[in-house]
Amino acid sequence: MFDWKWDFTWEILPRLVYATGNTLIAAGAGYVIAVVLGLMLALAQRTPSRALTFTVREFVEFIRSTPLILQIFFVFYVGPQFGVRLSPWMSGMIAIGLHYACYLSEVYRGGIESVPKGQWEAAIALNMTTAQKYRRVIIPQAIPPALAGMGNYLVGIFKDTPMLSVIGVAELIHTANAIGSENYRFLEPYTMVGIIFLAISLPAAGLIRLFEGYVRRKLGL
Amino acid sequence: MLDKTGFPLEMTGEDTPMVSFRKVRKSYGALTVLDDLDLDVSAGEMVSIIGPSGSGKTTVLRMLMTLERINGGVIYVDGKPLSHMPKGGQLVPANERHLRSRRADIGMCFQHFNLFPHMTALENCMEGPVQVLGLSKAEARDRSEELLEMVGMISKKDQHPSRLSGGQQQRVAIARALAMRPKVMLFDEVTSALDPEVIGEVTNVIRQLVSEHNLTMLMVTHQMGFARDISDRVCFFYGGRIEEQGPPAELFGNPQRERTQQFLSAVREAV
Ligand SMILES: Nc1ncnc2c1ncn2[C@@H]1O[C@H](COP(=O)(O)OP(=O)(O)OP(=O)(O)O)[C@@H](O)[C@H]1O
Ligand SMILES: [Mg+2]
Repeated sequence: MFDWKWDFTWEILPRLVYATGNTLIAAGAGYVIAVVLGLMLALAQRTPSRALTFTVREFVEFIRSTPLILQIFFVFYVGPQFGVRLSPWMSGMIAIGLHYACYLSEVYRGGIESVPKGQWEAAIALNMTTAQKYRRVIIPQAIPPALAGMGNYLVGIFKDTPMLSVIGVAELIHTANAIGSENYRFLEPYTMVGIIFLAISLPAAGLIRLFEGYVRRKLGL
Repeated sequence: MLDKTGFPLEMTGEDTPMVSFRKVRKSYGALTVLDDLDLDVSAGEMVSIIGPSGSGKTTVLRMLMTLERINGGVIYVDGKPLSHMPKGGQLVPANERHLRSRRADIGMCFQHFNLFPHMTALENCMEGPVQVLGLSKAEARDRSEELLEMVGMISKKDQHPSRLSGGQQQRVAIARALAMRPKVMLFDEVTSALDPEVIGEVTNVIRQLVSEHNLTMLMVTHQMGFARDISDRVCFFYGGRIEEQGPPAELFGNPQRERTQQFLSAVREAV
C-alpha cells in the first residue's frame, strides 16, 4: 500500500506522541487565555464608557479581519523592536490566545444579549451591584447558549496550532516536517498527524455537546 | 430646606409619606408618558393603580424601582429623595451609588416573575440577602424558608423555576422580594400572566400581606374586584395623569369623572 513502512511508523510514533502533547498544551493554554481575555473584551464593550467600547470593538474587528499567521509573526518578529522579546512558545500562546479571544468575545456578547431584560430588572430590584449582576445572574445564563460556539473555537484553536510551526514551536506539524526531512519520508509522518488530529477533534466535538447538556441540567435550564 | 427649584431636600414631620411623587414627568423622546404626577402614599397604605392600557401605570412603578430615570420632578421614599441626591444645597440627579443606598427600601414583583432560572426557589430567595445584604447563609436560609412557608412554597423550595407553575413562580417571586425586607412593595400586574385557576393563590398571598404586615404597597392590577377588596385607595390613571382617586368604595361605587365611569363600565362589560 503506497510503500507504507510500518517499522518506520512505529519508530517515529514516540516523537509524534510527544509533539501531540505540545500541541495540546499550546491549544489548551491558548484557549485559557482566549476564554478569560474574551470575557474581558466582551464586558469592556458593555461599560458606559463610549471611548472604551469603541476602541475595544475596533480592536476586535481588526484582529478578526487579519490572518492569525500575521499576528503570530507580529508578536514574534516585531515585538522585539518594541522591547518585547518573547520565546516562540510565549509569542505563539499570546497571538493565538488573543486571536481567539476576539472570536470568543463575540460568542459571549451573543450569550449576554440573549439573557432576557427581566433578569436585569430583577437583579436591580434586589439592589445588586453591577459586578453581582454579571457574576450571579447574567453570566451563568449567558454561558449555556455560548457553549456551542465556545466548543467550536476549542476545536478551531486546536486545528490552528500548526501555524505556530512557522516560528519554531515543536508541535505536530513542525515535528512531522523535521522527521520528514531527516528521513526523506513524508508519507508516514503526515498521515499520522492527520490521524492524530482526527482522533482528537472528533471525540472532542461529541464531548463538548455532552458537556453542554450537563451544564444546562446543572443550572436547571 | 428647599432646593432652588422648590423641592425639599428632605421631607420631615409626623405625616411624611412613605412614597412621594412630586411633579414627576417621564417621557420617551417626544412621547410624554407621565405629566406632573403628584402622588403620596402613606406608610402602611395599600394603593391600587388601575386604568387603560398605556396610561402609564407600569411606568409609575418602574420609576419608583429606579428601572427608569425620570425627566422632571422628584421622587421621595421615606422622606429622602430617591431620584435625586442633595449636593451643595441642591437636588441633583442621583448617581448609581445614591440609588443603591436608597433602593434597598423598595421591592418589586413583575408580571412575568423574572425568577433566576439557574437557581432553585430557595436559592432565589437567599440570593439577595446573602449577596446584597451580607447575611450569613444560615440566616438567609432561615429567613427564606420562613417566607416560602408563608407563601405556601416550602415543599418546592429545591425546585428550579422551570419546574414550577406560573402561580408558584409568582409566589416564590413575592418571597424573594420580601426576603430583602423592603418598606415598600410594588406589584405590577402580578396575576396577568397566570391561568385563571391559579390567580387566587397569588392574590391570597397579597391579602395576607395586607392584613398581617405593615408594608406600604403599590399595586397595578386589572382585577377590579381584588383592588376593591384590599386597597385603602384606588388611583385611576388616564393618559399619564391621575384622573380620579379615592377609597375603593367611592371610586368603584360612585365615580365622579366621566372617564372613570366609562372605563369601569367597559371593564364590567368585558367580564
Ligand atoms: N421603553 C419605552 N420606550 C418607549 N415608550 C414606552 C416605553 N415604555 C413604555 N412606553 C410607553 O409609555 C406609555 C405608558 O406605558 P406603561 O407601560 O406605563 O402603560 P401601562 O399603563 O402599564 O399599560 P398596560 O396596562 O398595557 O400595562 C405607553 O404609551 C407605552 O407605549
Ligand atoms: Mg403595564
